[in-house]
Amino acid sequence: MSIKINNKIKILITALALSQLAACASLDNVKPWQRGTLAKKEMQLNSAGLDNALDDHIYFSKEGSSGGRSFAGGGCGCN
Amino acid sequence: MQLSKTGSISAALAAATCTLLSGNAVAADSSKTDALIEGWQFNSALLYYGETDRVKAAEAILSARGDFGDDKFLNLNLVLDTLTGASATGAVAQPDAQTFTRPSGAGSYTTAAGATPLDDTFHDTRVQLDASWEQPLSSNYRGTVGGHFSKEYDYLSLGINGNIARDFNHKNTTLSVGTAFSHDSINPEGGIPSAFTPMLFRNNFASENAYQQAFDGSRRTDSDTKTTAELLFGVTQIINPNWLMQLNYSIAKADGYLSDPFKVLSVVNNNGITQQNLYEQRPDARTKQSLYWQNKWHLSGSYLDLSYRYMWDDWSLNSHTADARWRFPLAGNWYIEPHARYYTQDEAEFYQPFLSEGMPLPAFASADYRIGQMDAYTVGAKVGTVLDGGHDFAVRLEYYQQNPNNPGVELPDALKNLELFGDVKAVMLQVSYSF
Repeated sequence: MSIKINNKIKILITALALSQLAACASLDNVKPWQRGTLAKKEMQLNSAGLDNALDDHIYFSKEGSSGGRSFAGGGCGCN
Repeated sequence: MQLSKTGSISAALAAATCTLLSGNAVAADSSKTDALIEGWQFNSALLYYGETDRVKAAEAILSARGDFGDDKFLNLNLVLDTLTGASATGAVAQPDAQTFTRPSGAGSYTTAAGATPLDDTFHDTRVQLDASWEQPLSSNYRGTVGGHFSKEYDYLSLGINGNIARDFNHKNTTLSVGTAFSHDSINPEGGIPSAFTPMLFRNNFASENAYQQAFDGSRRTDSDTKTTAELLFGVTQIINPNWLMQLNYSIAKADGYLSDPFKVLSVVNNNGITQQNLYEQRPDARTKQSLYWQNKWHLSGSYLDLSYRYMWDDWSLNSHTADARWRFPLAGNWYIEPHARYYTQDEAEFYQPFLSEGMPLPAFASADYRIGQMDAYTVGAKVGTVLDGGHDFAVRLEYYQQNPNNPGVELPDALKNLELFGDVKAVMLQVSYSF
């Protein structure tokens, strides 16, 4: 894939970020008693913490990118 | 720290204004588990990773989370891994067999005609320890501080990190900011080669002494270091009772030795025949930035996790990563979770599959396919169950394939019919148990 499309992607990401900003400002409608599902382990953002740690380690050592979900740097000589 | 492009700055600011992540917008369900040690929860996993004809690795993780009351937790993580097998050196395949000197300077290995040169010297064992402490700082603030240690034969990494998260909107929104600093040192067998120094061959020297003297002269130093400083901003937002979203922006600046002391570039003549192999040289600084967007949905009994990452850096290496995991309940307490991941990256600006004889040497060059143009995908599934006492057991099987691409370099005749951008195929098998 050519990266000459970068600027378009950056505009898209900016729009995404702005939409999330708007979401922050307006969303205040989920009450504590409505959070039964959100409190489940399956709904946690890092619900598969070990899977993520193992995957991040593999992809860090096999690809040119790292981080995003959590910190990117340091770690091991595998890269 | 510098942001390299104004476009990046606007995206970064937009993200950072509201952003600042953390999973604290939702308090995790502390469902009942029969604990081995009162107040402690353990997660463990064993992973096998095997590439066809290349690297094989086994990794074991044990993590423990201790509840010290008043929402205070101690997290400990121990990782052991071992790696063996062969890794691509960066040299190109040739119509005839090729001989290479091992990175230590002692001994050599031969690559068959037409085959991708792989160095089979690699084996290493690594131990990693992480610890972090988290606690409330005031009614809406949480803080975490942590440390990191990783040691293998020729490599040591030490790090510290910290994070502060604040809840807003009756805990519907959490903003967080984190920072990390790490210091790594590398001390490879045979030392660190000078930039673009040619690989030497014992056979070209009259005596062992003369060879050793020349080899030592081609080394810049025995060991070197790099430091990495990072900032991570995030926002977590509850959208509705079945939808949670997170957006992160991160910037990481690495300084120091960022080359790979084992990687070379072939110098080929007009016909594509290798004349010599030169050790690579990368810049001594790199600033990476990324945006990471994750969604968790509950959809009529199933759980969908969708994420996307855009990463860019000042080496012109840009990448897109899309990841989907969808967990469906099965009979009993069983579940199945298919997983798909797609990754694509553009090459770093100094990536070259080979150098051409007679051309002036560039300031930086690397033929490491991992910073070349590449697409990769992963497909697999995890099957698991919740056992009596709330203990989780799961097995995960995945297939990973990398497809490196020619970034548009015209190939001399001898290289046209050889595989210079060969696929890498790997299988991952993981068993997990929590107790």
